[in-house]
Amino acid sequence: MTAQILSAIFTIIIGVGGCVVYYWGANKILDAVFPSRGVSGAAAVDNLRRQGLIRPWLFVGPAMLIVTVYLVYPVIETLRLSFMDRGGENFVGFANYSWAFGDREFRNSIFNNLLWLAVVPAACTFFGLIIAVLTDKIWWGNIAKSLVFLPLAISFVGASVIWKFVYEYRAEGQTQIGILNAAVQYLGGNPQVWISTPFWNNFFLMVILIWIQTGFAMVILSSALRGIPEETIEAAVIDGANPFQIFWKIMVPQIWGSIAVVWTTITILVLKVFDIVLTMTNGQWNSQVLANLMFDWMFRGGGDFGRGAAIAVIIMLAVVPIMIWNIRQANREGGGGH
Amino acid sequence: MASSSGKSFLGRFGVHIAVFVFVAIWTIPTLGILVSSLRDKDQLIVSGWWTALSTSSQTEAGRLPGASAQIEKDGKFVIEGNIFGDGPARNISAFGIKAQQPTQYEAGTVADLGEGVSLQLNADGSFVMQSPKAFEGDRGQRVYYASSAPPRFTTDNYQTVLFSEGIGRSFINSLTVTIPATIIPILIAAYAAYALAWMRFPGRALLIAVIIGLLVVPLQMSLIPLLKLYNGVGLFFGVPAKTYLGIWLAHTGFGLPFAIYLLRSYIAGLPREIMESARIDGASDFEIFVKIVLPLSFPVLASFAIFQFLWVWNDLLVAMVFLGSGSDQLVLTGKLNALLGSRGGDWEILTTSAFVTIIVPLIVFFSLQRYFVRGLLAGSVKGG
Repeated sequence: MTAQILSAIFTIIIGVGGCVVYYWGANKILDAVFPSRGVSGAAAVDNLRRQGLIRPWLFVGPAMLIVTVYLVYPVIETLRLSFMDRGGENFVGFANYSWAFGDREFRNSIFNNLLWLAVVPAACTFFGLIIAVLTDKIWWGNIAKSLVFLPLAISFVGASVIWKFVYEYRAEGQTQIGILNAAVQYLGGNPQVWISTPFWNNFFLMVILIWIQTGFAMVILSSALRGIPEETIEAAVIDGANPFQIFWKIMVPQIWGSIAVVWTTITILVLKVFDIVLTMTNGQWNSQVLANLMFDWMFRGGGDFGRGAAIAVIIMLAVVPIMIWNIRQANREGGGGH
Repeated sequence: MASSSGKSFLGRFGVHIAVFVFVAIWTIPTLGILVSSLRDKDQLIVSGWWTALSTSSQTEAGRLPGASAQIEKDGKFVIEGNIFGDGPARNISAFGIKAQQPTQYEAGTVADLGEGVSLQLNADGSFVMQSPKAFEGDRGQRVYYASSAPPRFTTDNYQTVLFSEGIGRSFINSLTVTIPATIIPILIAAYAAYALAWMRFPGRALLIAVIIGLLVVPLQMSLIPLLKLYNGVGLFFGVPAKTYLGIWLAHTGFGLPFAIYLLRSYIAGLPREIMESARIDGASDFEIFVKIVLPLSFPVLASFAIFQFLWVWNDLLVAMVFLGSGSDQLVLTGKLNALLGSRGGDWEILTTSAFVTIIVPLIVFFSLQRYFVRGLLAGSVKGG
């Protein structure tokens, strides 16, 4: 273990040092090859121009290289592999896709993913908005916000253990050590095996993601609410609007943009949800989702890369509209700004 | 804002109650594993963690000593002793001699066992059994009793988990993965972000659009080709395919689009005058970047560092694909996932391990919450 700590520290120094040496060294070399100081005026101007042509690429080069290897190339390669057989050697046309839509487990995953998409972003935004509005009105609001925000720092696996303990089941009549079943028994109901009851277990898994992501929605929406001009609310109060009318007709329309951001961010997250399902049920009891199914096929029976890639492409297709919208939005901003 | 709240006392009271309920729902699950990880493992399985502070009661069975322990006193045969022997004393509330009625007699009372035999069991475990005739047989009387134990808190679970369950080792592995995977992308992204914000070169707008597009690409699209690539590289050079270097680069690649996006929008907002005056003084882009841009960008660098640290520390998927499952490479999330399979019902192990895995993110989160929130707002509100 000591050896590992030492080698970790060593590699950290090498890795970080390597980066520093590259940027520093590459600039030194550029300055040496095309000197701009200590040469005649015309040559200096010429060399400065050449430096200006090359230096940007020294700066963005490493980032471009890594992004190309780790994101651009894989996206294209995954698309290609989705039309290939399990080893990625022979072209099979749309066979992987037609397999997918005929597969019971895949259709179950699509159904569950749609369920997640319908519930989680809406629930997070709803609770986030309510908590943001309520905490604004009380003196201990910031403490409350911190506590609701806290699960955002917890890993999906950690959160799964936390909630598995909440859902823990003991047979009827025994002392329940899971707080949910204890509450149910206290209220006179029968304890349930929450995570292995088909269909309903989806919702108990969603609760975990909602629990984690509500803090995110709350922070974004809380900041948006602060940006609402006081006058609009004061005017509504003078006009005799009640708190509900002010909330729905004055406040919500003014933070529509932020609500959209929260909604799309959580939508993308939901499409990728993997850890929660893997650790809670591993797709048993009809709780499978696409991301976990994809991971499964990467290794199932030695790995079927064709089917895995096809499932990945289907997840990607769902994200494309959001991607296009984002790029358009950014371009519009860039055009108006600097 | 305050003016819009219900002005009545009842309305304000309702807001406090509502927020309190939300906070309770959001904190109780975490509190549950924290409390459980500190409880005695025998108590943890028989009572809910919310009863941790009250004494727990349980029904047990014991056997009194056999005939060899009897002494004759005043014409009676007597067996005396303590049912707990030398073990820790507990508080007995009731006892019985039939399995069907384990709490038939109150502690301290004398039970009539028939044929003149009597048994008295006191709260502290001491007992006196008397009989007019001599006891026979080696097997003593079976006794059932309900005892209550005071709440016991211990750090034993942490010792078990850290040193014999392998969580300690995984903790080191997680640090080995996380620290370089946090530092490397910051440097690379900062240079790229500066170039994209302040340097003029052909293709700049396209690069920015590509970065924004890549922000939302699901990780799943990268896994299979990279797995093939890593296996190929490993085979070609005769080196292991699953290495720490491999996962650092993978996390760097996956983190870069967000890093460049976040850093660029901040660096682009720095005042133009500072850079122009530095340039007039003869500073090169490299000098401007190192001496002016980096120091001024500290808040956004800190924001990204926290994001990347939390994301890498909490990641399971990338670690499962790019690292092995041996004890020298298994990170905390992977270890916790493995324990869920192998130690499924051992809640003292699971709750303690879970708390060890979440404690570092919680410390980072609470000490640097300001930067975290700032990054969150810059990273998402800008997009809308």
